[in-house]
Amino acid sequence: MAEIVIEDLKKQFGDFVAVTNSSLTIRNGDFFVLLGPSGCGKTTTLRMIAGLEFPTHGKIFLDTEDITFLRASQRNIAFVFQMFALYPHMNVEKNIGFPLKTQGTGRSEIRKRVREVGKLLHLDNLLKSKVSALSGGDKQRVALGRAIIRRPKAFLMDEPLGSLDAEFRESMSFELKKMHNDIDATTVYVTHDQNEAMAMGDRIGIMDKGVMLQADDPLTIYNKPRAKFVGSFIGSPAMNFIDVNAFVQKGSTSVKINGSNLTIPECHEDSNIDFNYLGIRPENIKIVNKGDIRGKVYGVEYLGANKIITVDTEFGRIKVRAPSVINAKFGDNVGLEFDSNSIIIFNGDDETAIKSQFIN
Amino acid sequence: MSASRDTTRSPLEPSATSRRIAAFLIILYASIAFIPMVLIVSTAFKSVTDAISYPPKIISEPSLEGFVNLFTQRTRQSAEYLETLPPPKTWYEEIVRKRNMVIAGPSRFIQRFVNSIIIGFGATFFSVFFGTIAAYAFSRFRIPLKNDLLFFVLSTRMFPPIAAAVPIFLMYRKLGLSDSHLGMIMLYTVVNLSLSVWLLKGFIDEIPKEYEDAAMVDGYSRMSAFFKIILPQAATGIAATAIFCLIFAWNEYAFAILLTFREAQTLPPFIPTIIGEGGLDWPAISAATMIFLLPVVVFTVLLKKHLLRGITFGAVKR
Repeated sequence: MAEIVIEDLKKQFGDFVAVTNSSLTIRNGDFFVLLGPSGCGKTTTLRMIAGLEFPTHGKIFLDTEDITFLRASQRNIAFVFQMFALYPHMNVEKNIGFPLKTQGTGRSEIRKRVREVGKLLHLDNLLKSKVSALSGGDKQRVALGRAIIRRPKAFLMDEPLGSLDAEFRESMSFELKKMHNDIDATTVYVTHDQNEAMAMGDRIGIMDKGVMLQADDPLTIYNKPRAKFVGSFIGSPAMNFIDVNAFVQKGSTSVKINGSNLTIPECHEDSNIDFNYLGIRPENIKIVNKGDIRGKVYGVEYLGANKIITVDTEFGRIKVRAPSVINAKFGDNVGLEFDSNSIIIFNGDDETAIKSQFIN
Repeated sequence: MSASRDTTRSPLEPSATSRRIAAFLIILYASIAFIPMVLIVSTAFKSVTDAISYPPKIISEPSLEGFVNLFTQRTRQSAEYLETLPPPKTWYEEIVRKRNMVIAGPSRFIQRFVNSIIIGFGATFFSVFFGTIAAYAFSRFRIPLKNDLLFFVLSTRMFPPIAAAVPIFLMYRKLGLSDSHLGMIMLYTVVNLSLSVWLLKGFIDEIPKEYEDAAMVDGYSRMSAFFKIILPQAATGIAATAIFCLIFAWNEYAFAILLTFREAQTLPPFIPTIIGEGGLDWPAISAATMIFLLPVVVFTVLLKKHLLRGITFGAVKR
């Protein structure tokens, strides 16, 4: 299997910049998820790794080989498409065996390996069927079979579960992950679904507006977002952001918001400008009776084990994840207590996190 | 009231009555449309006398005289001369002898028929060939001025092709393309090309790009992906387009009468010139028309299973 390295990648379609300033290392054996809203450039990045698009600028390495401008067919990479892209004029067996046929593998060898793959993916009984007669899940299995039969260096998957039913998606995602582990593959998986990304990814790369913002394991992505966008895109509800109308200096341990002082982890650098954001996850805020920060309850959503309480405060609407035993009704006046250890300050201009004791 | 209501069928489906009316209208239209066919076929199997008798005979003794006249050239002989000849050896000589004639040689019909086949199918092949390549390019690649080019292709069909007859006639005479197979194939190809580019672009647009992407990742070049993956899936569209192109090239009359006389004359201008003695030879003309209709019918039947999906293209959800 293989390591994929992307260096300062850029792709332009006419005037439109699809991907820019993106660097990334995907480690051997990782299940790497590329996550972002639609149009963020994740699919374009994947297609450049596959060789279906050539970058305007930058380099792509597979292991140590520079594959930036190699043809797709020469990269030994497999691609799984959202629409499956099974060839409708061939049956299951021929679809799975197709990549071997193009390589000129002998017929008996193809048959043997198709049978192996069929067994692995529970397609044994379907090998002679027409692909149009298959269910969505079986189609996706055939597409996976076509990808793994060649034993490629890496798998690229573009929202492979996107066109499946919700209940099917979950079981397929387990199967995918299991297959990844079984054959010890390096996988790059594109999705816009944060739950899928958190559930499946060993590491997650988050993209927005063509830029790779952060690539880390799911826990780090969630707890220590390096960009405001990451905090707002991951997590439901998203991270709370409070405007800070002040300069934040290296070494400072508190910020002033509307006259009250809030303790923050010690900053290790200055902010770029005198306008910043304070970010805090809803579960790092407690509802208390006393407290300096006060607000009125605006809404309560019950989620079973816990509830989301929305509070209107003097610096905006704050969402709090509270245990369901907490009693709060619309209009109640409550106090909020921030867990100062997990606060992140984001620069007001480029929206990157300011390095601190908590995040470095 | 509601208890007696028929709930077995959806309110969106037509009722039995409207279905019957629809069937009746279709049968009525089909029978009216079929009358000329019946006349052609029945006349083809009449003798010359029966074909022009008055009052007209609807049912008459079947005769192959029309076909014999169509395929042969004959000369009239005196009764004395005919007596000196040995008895007729074949059934068609016998038919000719009865009308005091002998066969002088084959007619030009077969040569004209072959011309029609070469020009009709040749033009169809090239229209579809170039059409498919152009449609693929328009559908898949970023081409400068793509929309203007497509509009230009279409604009060639905005006036009737015959409006350009005079310049084409002069051009063909200068270039020596008049009355040549090549000239006619080129002409019909050009006229059909806009139709085939537009039709085929629609079909190829419907084939997801992912198929080629997948084939290219799996080890194919774009060229082989086109031939092995796209072409098989575009077969329906290609078949439907081929039928439309063939029907035009096969039936075309105006250019054929203008630009072909001998070597490359096709059947449409030839058939009306089949003259018997003392007027038009209706059974021979009908026989010629009948044979003329066959290739298109056979071609259409062969491609029938593609045609229905083909002419409703775009309307059927993938």
